[in-house]
Amino acid sequence: MTATLERGLNALREQIDAPVASFFTSCVSCGLCAEACIFYKETGDPELTPIHKLDLMRRVWSNEYTLFGRAKSMLGMGHKITEGDLTKWERLVYDSCTMCGRCTLVCPVGNDIAMMIRKMREGMSSSGHAPAELVGAAERHSDYGSPMGKLHTMLAAKIKAAEKETGIPIEMDKAGVDYLVLLSAQEIVEYSDVLPALARIFKKAGVTWTISNEGFEATNVGVQIGNRDIARNLVSMVVGAAEKLGVKGIISPECGHAYQALRWEGPNLIGRSYDFEVVHIIELLDRLAAQGKLKTKGKDHTRLTFHDPCQINRRGGINKEPRRLLDMVADNFIETEDAGTMNWCCGGGGGVGANDRAADLRFKAFNRKKRQFEGVGAEKVVTMCAYCHHTLDEQLELHNMDSIETQGLTEMIGEYLDDEA
Amino acid sequence: MNNPYFDLLMWARGPGFDIALTILIGGLLLRVVEIVVLSRKKDLAKPKGSPVLQGLKTIFTRSVPRKGLIKEAPVTYIGGYIFHIGFAIAFLFLGAHIALIDDLIGIQWPEANKALIETAAALAVVALIALAWTRITNPVRRALTTFDDWLVWLLSILPLVTGYIAVNRIFGDGTLMMAIHMLSAEALMVAFPFTKLMHAVTFAMARYYNGSIQGRKGAES
Ligand code: SF4
Ligand code: SF4
Repeated sequence: MTATLERGLNALREQIDAPVASFFTSCVSCGLCAEACIFYKETGDPELTPIHKLDLMRRVWSNEYTLFGRAKSMLGMGHKITEGDLTKWERLVYDSCTMCGRCTLVCPVGNDIAMMIRKMREGMSSSGHAPAELVGAAERHSDYGSPMGKLHTMLAAKIKAAEKETGIPIEMDKAGVDYLVLLSAQEIVEYSDVLPALARIFKKAGVTWTISNEGFEATNVGVQIGNRDIARNLVSMVVGAAEKLGVKGIISPECGHAYQALRWEGPNLIGRSYDFEVVHIIELLDRLAAQGKLKTKGKDHTRLTFHDPCQINRRGGINKEPRRLLDMVADNFIETEDAGTMNWCCGGGGGVGANDRAADLRFKAFNRKKRQFEGVGAEKVVTMCAYCHHTLDEQLELHNMDSIETQGLTEMIGEYLDDEA
Repeated sequence: MNNPYFDLLMWARGPGFDIALTILIGGLLLRVVEIVVLSRKKDLAKPKGSPVLQGLKTIFTRSVPRKGLIKEAPVTYIGGYIFHIGFAIAFLFLGAHIALIDDLIGIQWPEANKALIETAAALAVVALIALAWTRITNPVRRALTTFDDWLVWLLSILPLVTGYIAVNRIFGDGTLMMAIHMLSAEALMVAFPFTKLMHAVTFAMARYYNGSIQGRKGAES
């Protein structure tokens, strides 16, 4: 056995706990999880059945954590894992799974398959089987503070532009404010309209905030690759910045996995609970609206629909908030089939969007969204994750549907903010 | 002259049953302990919803399919329901079974009439056959199916079929058929802890964990 294979198996062993054992014990191979998975549904390839993607981890569990399996292994009958298996499973664990969690909500015995994919990626990455693009992004984030490299200068320029546009000063590294605002690299590079929107909304609402030079990046490629050490380092940067500035809370921006990483995995990664709150920007905007601190005027009359980011809605529980906000600013909002908790993934999450090898799968998966958008005759799609936004833009263009406009919800609220009220 | 199969029936009712029951209970305990000892790390993220309550709730709510899913896999869903309900009725409401349970643990409940039990058993058998059919024809199910699945299928259908034959004296010697019925049920009991039949117990754990993980985040399950 090679050293890398052994490392991978050890990482898998570390991931096996009571929930995982109960899941594997309970699976009745009914195949219903496949009916939930966008990659299976849009390709028809039975290899892409969710529970099958976990077969290597299942083997480790069966061979080593069950009496029967241990007996079989001792007799030399256990189904061993080889280096070749790990290579073969890269396509299943990374290219064709966004950890969207639809399967998790469908499995009749209650298996949390998406959570196990996250765990299985720990073994894959430890044995050197993570996609090169993600590994590169992790290195850039660790070394330069963002998966897209050193963005400090670009961020400073975008802040300056936002100040100029709004006439509102944005102070970096300001201690004692209410919130530390984080951004995703995508928002800094591609969707920087969010900055002036935030400045105006928070000024109106009387919320004080800052951005830290030491930790402004919200994304966490560590949770996508499945590498706890990287994930912990990246979370620590942000937690350190928040604690140093003594803020009351961190605002998780429009980014799906960042929300998971910061709010739900973060405390477990660093081994302690936070003293500050983590709130998703849409949750906060909804709260401000309920308190009467966020008022809008006018409405968008475009026929628009909403795309739920999996990690924020299905796996993050933020479902009604964006709809209440949309109702404030749109009067021709129509839901697609399965919208809300069971929304279909854009096909770009969980690192799939950055993985070149997955380009074809991503394209096929998007056929589902294409049909849904066509079904409601959408002229515009609003979302609350910059990476979904990016995937929508990419795929709408590839599918010759780029007449459909896209927008982040925060920007949209900014657009209709009542500056006078 | 004595029925030559009488001894076999007596063995199946006496020592055979005791052995099967011991293996069933011992095996179940072992398998459940095997899972529980793996434990899980305390979750340090401040909960938004209620993990424990939602975990408990999900044990029940997950019995209902998500909207729109039945039409994606009608045989699996409908066949699954019919089999589970049919098997439960035949198992729990036949007079002789109730008497057996009363003997063992001293609780009893009213029996159902014969027509209901036989319809339930017959439907359960039909459902199992339909499920086997999709295991062969549906590419996803075929790819997932292992020896274990077929074994479990056989162990589930045998007590239903043999019970029906024995009770209605359809063919063969009545005593022999009853002995075979009991032995088939005992085979199911013995295999239970070591096969996918375990899901009938651990589904509650799996659903609880699923619900508690989602519930902590205030998300649906
Ligand atoms: S839906 Fe659940 S029980 Fe059925 S095959 Fe998938 S993981 Fe197994
Ligand atoms: S998490 Fe989503 S993409 Fe991954 S296997 Fe499950 S349904 Fe498919």
